[in-house]
Amino acid sequence: MAISDQGMKLGLWALNRFAGLGVLDRVGAREPAERLLHRASRDGTRTAARASRTFTAAAKLAQPSRLPAARSSGLFDLTPTDEQEMLVESFRSFAAERLRPAATEADAHSTPPAELMAQSSELGIAMLGVPEQLGGVFEERSATTSVLIAETLAHGDMGLAVAALAPAAVSTAISLWGDAEQQARYLPAFVGEEVPAAALALLEPRPLFDPMRLETRARRLEGGGFALDGLKALVPRAADAELFVVAAHVEGEGPALFVVESGTEGVLIAPEPAMGLRAAATGRLTLEDVQLPAEALLAGGAREAYAECVQRARLAWCAVAVGTARAVLDYVVPYVNERVAFGEPISNRQAVAFAVSNIGIELEGMRLTTLRAATRADQEKDFANATAVARQLCSEKGMAIGSDGVGLLGGHGFVTEYPVERWYRDLRAAGLMEGALLV
Amino acid sequence: MINLEVPRKFRPLISQAHQVAAEVFRPNSRKYDRAEHTYPKELDMLAAAIDGLSEGGGTGGAGAAGVRRSENGASSGDEGTRNGSNMATCLSIMELCWGDVGLLLSMPRQGLGNSAIASVADDDQRERFAGRWAAMAITEPEAGSDSAAIRTTAVLDGDEYVLNGEKIYVTSGERADLVVVWASLDPSQGRAAIKSFVVERSNPGLKLARLNHKLGIRSSDTADFTLEDCRVPKEDLLGDPEISTGGGFAGAMQTFDNTRPLVAAMAVGLTRACLEETKRLLSEAGVEFDPEAPLTVQPAAAAEYLSMEAEYEAARLLTLKAAWMADNSKPNSLYASMAKAKAGRTCVDVALRCVRICGAVGYSETELLEKWARDAKILDIFEGTQQIQLLIVARQLLGKSSAELR
Repeated sequence: MAISDQGMKLGLWALNRFAGLGVLDRVGAREPAERLLHRASRDGTRTAARASRTFTAAAKLAQPSRLPAARSSGLFDLTPTDEQEMLVESFRSFAAERLRPAATEADAHSTPPAELMAQSSELGIAMLGVPEQLGGVFEERSATTSVLIAETLAHGDMGLAVAALAPAAVSTAISLWGDAEQQARYLPAFVGEEVPAAALALLEPRPLFDPMRLETRARRLEGGGFALDGLKALVPRAADAELFVVAAHVEGEGPALFVVESGTEGVLIAPEPAMGLRAAATGRLTLEDVQLPAEALLAGGAREAYAECVQRARLAWCAVAVGTARAVLDYVVPYVNERVAFGEPISNRQAVAFAVSNIGIELEGMRLTTLRAATRADQEKDFANATAVARQLCSEKGMAIGSDGVGLLGGHGFVTEYPVERWYRDLRAAGLMEGALLV
Repeated sequence: MINLEVPRKFRPLISQAHQVAAEVFRPNSRKYDRAEHTYPKELDMLAAAIDGLSEGGGTGGAGAAGVRRSENGASSGDEGTRNGSNMATCLSIMELCWGDVGLLLSMPRQGLGNSAIASVADDDQRERFAGRWAAMAITEPEAGSDSAAIRTTAVLDGDEYVLNGEKIYVTSGERADLVVVWASLDPSQGRAAIKSFVVERSNPGLKLARLNHKLGIRSSDTADFTLEDCRVPKEDLLGDPEISTGGGFAGAMQTFDNTRPLVAAMAVGLTRACLEETKRLLSEAGVEFDPEAPLTVQPAAAAEYLSMEAEYEAARLLTLKAAWMADNSKPNSLYASMAKAKAGRTCVDVALRCVRICGAVGYSETELLEKWARDAKILDIFEGTQQIQLLIVARQLLGKSSAELR
């Protein structure tokens, strides 16, 4: 089957899937669904037919370049560095003035506005982890800084933050685990003017998914290289992505990361809209006998590198959950103070006020445990347990905060005129997503 | 630069406190749980050692000396940040309460009254009361959380105040040398008229009514008193003797901003004891823990353990944050209450879950889990109940007065 036919097949697959659903009419979603379908068929065709840009090695370094880890004085301290403060400040206004106002529409259209994605590239989001010699701007690599930025962006909107941060996951993965050749080939694009959409694809579509037990398989080919087969779920901006880092189990060896250019034959993309993160235009990636050169393998297939990738991705999801949960808190405080029932603001009642207290308390726990795991990563200490702790809190408390946010607004919380129902949908993602983001 | 690890410099302090907890507290835990109201003699020799600890590490006792705010301002950046006596005290309390909360509360010269004296006494008073064990008497039969509603009166008569009223639930009330009594100079004037008085335990007007039998922390004595024409020298009033709106009561309540992180630290220590013991028992039973695997693919007991560990970490880091803020002269009333609320409820929740998970071993007196589950509950009650902490947090987050949000 020609590649373009496969693209068409995907469009039709999506059509069959959605068009027959009467529920679309009942909830008034027919028009958005049709828009989505239009996109699906368009993107389905395009992804399969058009190759990504040609990634060619620029000036190759003799050694792969890595940013040094940041050094701490060893004192307990919650004060960000001046550089972190400055970055957070600039991203805060971007989140408040650009992301938040665009969030409702991006959610409804399941598309991040191209202009916003371009602006986020201009802000340098995609080059956070890129070494200075390859065009990056930071002297130190810092998971903590990435956490602070992800948190700040997600305060604007989680879906758009995920869309904006998705390419950074790929550039960070190649910075951390790429060899000199891989770095020289791919990283310059992420510090250039037109940053490619790109995504880190780990998650697979099944219950009880464990990233250490992948079903996506990588077969070693005779004469070198690999052939990949499998499914990847909820990949942000999958349809637009020019480059993927894909996790697959190398047969007889173990899980590993591969750089996959989207134009490679056998890479198929279908839209996979979900409960939330709709602005991130999530898609499902199908890999059918995708043949890759030996150089596509990152970190030589080292298990430690892959395990570290899993942890760093989880931390990034914690960071966006913290930002979103804070958005909930910042939204409900004025709401419950202004909303009057029984002759006084509802916040004069303990049942309401204590719910707000608990949002504040649990949010602080989410944030501190996330920061601790990130700082441990920066200090090159083991951070698997600290990450598991943060993930558990961000999953459970984050969701509870999303749920209480809707509850505190009552009926208003349930309609899309207010943002809290979107945060409710988005926050559910934090406990189940794997990959996609990296700090 | 952001760092949430405990600094290296506190390791000797933590290690000393741990030795005390492991070698003195734990072996005596069950004995004094059973022998309620018996004074733990073992603590006398320890008290001297703890005093030494306090002097050594900036402080490190049970908090009596370590709650004064640091006077150095802090700027941003590593040079500015301080890890001082508040953090040291929290860390040492965490270790000691990993050993036994009741025995920590029984430590001579480490009472809440000592905290009040250290926090609000003038130089002369601090000198006169140095080295003496002071309990704190606030609660009355009709006034618990609402400490502005206390009815004990203090009337100036010549050079002495005359105190009359009833006080209950005074920790270490029988054993202490001094009792810091809260009383009102004029009940019609509400909180502005409430003052605290240092009363000698031997004062004939301070009569021990009874010792309470309790759910937990049985090694710590909890006394009820009646004050009958109890005459106290007027120079033993702590703070400003004038009735003034704002000043006096707020000052007294400020003691709590400083001591709440310490109670949170007690809860954190007890929680860790429960978790470690449960992990040990579960490991013996063959449960494996894998921090890398999603909870959904782990055995239920391992998944529950990890979720408890997460709550513990949140409580621990909130407590350290509150202490760090105090050390750096940042207003920490909000975070002190957040820490107390989170740590208090977490220790009860975790302790009770650990008992259930461990079954008969958890519930039986053969191990200490059941005792810790009984001890835990007080930590969510004294120094401000869970509900009081939530009120304080809510008022701050919502910008409300105590008149608006009652």
